[in-house]
Amino acid sequence: MQFGIFAVSDITQDPTTGYTPSEAERIEASVKIAVKAEEVGLDVFAMGEHHNAPFFSSSPVTLLAHIAALTHRIILSTSTTLITTNDPVRIAEEYAMAQHLAKGRLDITLGRGNTVPVYPWFGKDIRQGLPLALENYNLLHRLWSEDVVDWEGTFRTPLQGFTSTPRPLDDVAPFVWHGSIRTPEIAEQAAYYGNGFFANNLFAPNGHFKPLVDFYRKRFAHYGHGTEEQAIVGLGGQAFIAHRSQDAFDAYRPYFNSAPVYDHSNSLEQWAEASPLSVGSPQQIIDKTLEFRDMFGDYQRQLWLMDHAGLPLGMVLDQLELLGSEVVPVLRKEMAARRSPGAAEAPTHESRVRAKYGDAEPRQPRPNANRGDNVTGTSPYQDSDPERPANYPVLL
Amino acid sequence: MSTTAQNLSDTPDEPRRIVIVNAGTSDPSSSRMLADRIAQKTIDQLGAQGIPASVRLIDLGPLAGEVAHAIVSGFPEGKLLDAVHQLAAADGVIVATPVYKAGMSGLLKSFVDILDNDLLIAKPLVLSATAGTARHALVIDDQLRSLFAFMRSLTTPTSVFAAPEDWADPSLLGRIERAANELSAMIATGISAAITGKIWDKYQHSFGSNARPDGAAAEFNFDTDLMRLATGGSSIAARS
Repeated sequence: MQFGIFAVSDITQDPTTGYTPSEAERIEASVKIAVKAEEVGLDVFAMGEHHNAPFFSSSPVTLLAHIAALTHRIILSTSTTLITTNDPVRIAEEYAMAQHLAKGRLDITLGRGNTVPVYPWFGKDIRQGLPLALENYNLLHRLWSEDVVDWEGTFRTPLQGFTSTPRPLDDVAPFVWHGSIRTPEIAEQAAYYGNGFFANNLFAPNGHFKPLVDFYRKRFAHYGHGTEEQAIVGLGGQAFIAHRSQDAFDAYRPYFNSAPVYDHSNSLEQWAEASPLSVGSPQQIIDKTLEFRDMFGDYQRQLWLMDHAGLPLGMVLDQLELLGSEVVPVLRKEMAARRSPGAAEAPTHESRVRAKYGDAEPRQPRPNANRGDNVTGTSPYQDSDPERPANYPVLL
Repeated sequence: MSTTAQNLSDTPDEPRRIVIVNAGTSDPSSSRMLADRIAQKTIDQLGAQGIPASVRLIDLGPLAGEVAHAIVSGFPEGKLLDAVHQLAAADGVIVATPVYKAGMSGLLKSFVDILDNDLLIAKPLVLSATAGTARHALVIDDQLRSLFAFMRSLTTPTSVFAAPEDWADPSLLGRIERAANELSAMIATGISAAITGKIWDKYQHSFGSNARPDGAAAEFNFDTDLMRLATGGSSIAARS
């Protein structure tokens, strides 16, 4: 099982000091947080995508590529990459590129995005958000699994004889998680392709996301990818930790009180009781996270939101220290002890390469020669399937 | 295809469930008294046809705090969620509200606001209201009918309004009987299941709606353009 953190890149005034960090400070802080996450033994760092202030992360793939160069072990992911307003061709290219640079330590979580004005900024219509997401992923899947793609859809210009470059590392696409909080079609798509399903598990009552996760598990089995418990489930959550429970509540309260994402008709204590928000001692965080497993079944990835709401960098780093030293090691042991032998392992690039090739050498695509017109003829790679030639559009 | 709530009543011996939603908050509440009379007459009329029925009461007053929280959070919880489930399982509903400031009680509107859009589809339902003056008589037809039309409920042709003078007027009882007769007829004929039983999929539903608490994947409608697109289908094919 993988444990890590995810963030949305909000730049928020610290309500206890009145200080608002600059974009430069927050971007630098995010890098430090990611490096620290690896240092304290976490498995995953994920960053979201936003195109409006007060968020900075318009290009998570750029940030992740930089972090990849500073780290050695941690898996880099997104929370989420917008599958609606991004061109799936650019997603295929950029994330394959980053996957190479990260030596496979990169996967991707797709989401629709719910900020209404963002859609028209990118020439899209939010009312078409769901069909956009579904169609775009269908294309992304083909771009990563086929050398040569002919394609026509509703939302982007058709493709003829298109090859997305570079091909994914070892010709194994980055693992894909589909994130959704309420949309069965997204869970269905995740199940159909045998991909992962991620429920952010935030800002809703305990267990609220279980029906959708159960739906995904059933459909995963329906499509023959394995049993329901072999489905790949990721959960979010949120944690604020202190050695003494009351210290955690006292320290977090001013940030909670100013954060716009909570329903403030309920108190911090009620939220910590009735929702997946974990506030308290390491043992309380451990107990609460084990309850996630009781509710949702064995799952493969747990991410906490810890860097947000104006928490200063020093406090976030201290939180990660506690998470890495006192919470996650115990959770690893306890989760492993409870784990059903039939439950799936968390997917990694190595496990996916092994599943595809066994002991054989992974494919390393080598292009055919440039013909002088910057294309390679009907077959982009020396080992491309001759049955699937590239037919380019021609001017007559 | 199952509509969980309606199918419960398909067993002949299972008593039909009548649920009162009372927005009156005083004790005794005249709205509650009005709803009780309609409920009693409905039970009597069903009983005369050999159909057993039971009445459950959802008093909104004690749930006011939870209704307010749910409006803000978007999620009904605890006793409020129990009330929602009761309503989902009802065979017939009697709504009773006092008139405040020339309108229905805000508590009733807030309660309806937190219900899933499909919770009351084709549910037989009597509208009733009490007020301090007969000049509020149109509140039911102006406000409650449109609200429950949005919910796609089967409101009875007769609604029951009671101003102070009506309580001394025997014709109130006549209207109560008429509304109860309409409600019991709708319940007895099973019109709700007849409407939704075959075409439940044709209404809009959101995933996890309380209208079907045990709505499992097996009952899910996969025969849609979006579901085909989710499973690798082409949106071009879907359009043509």
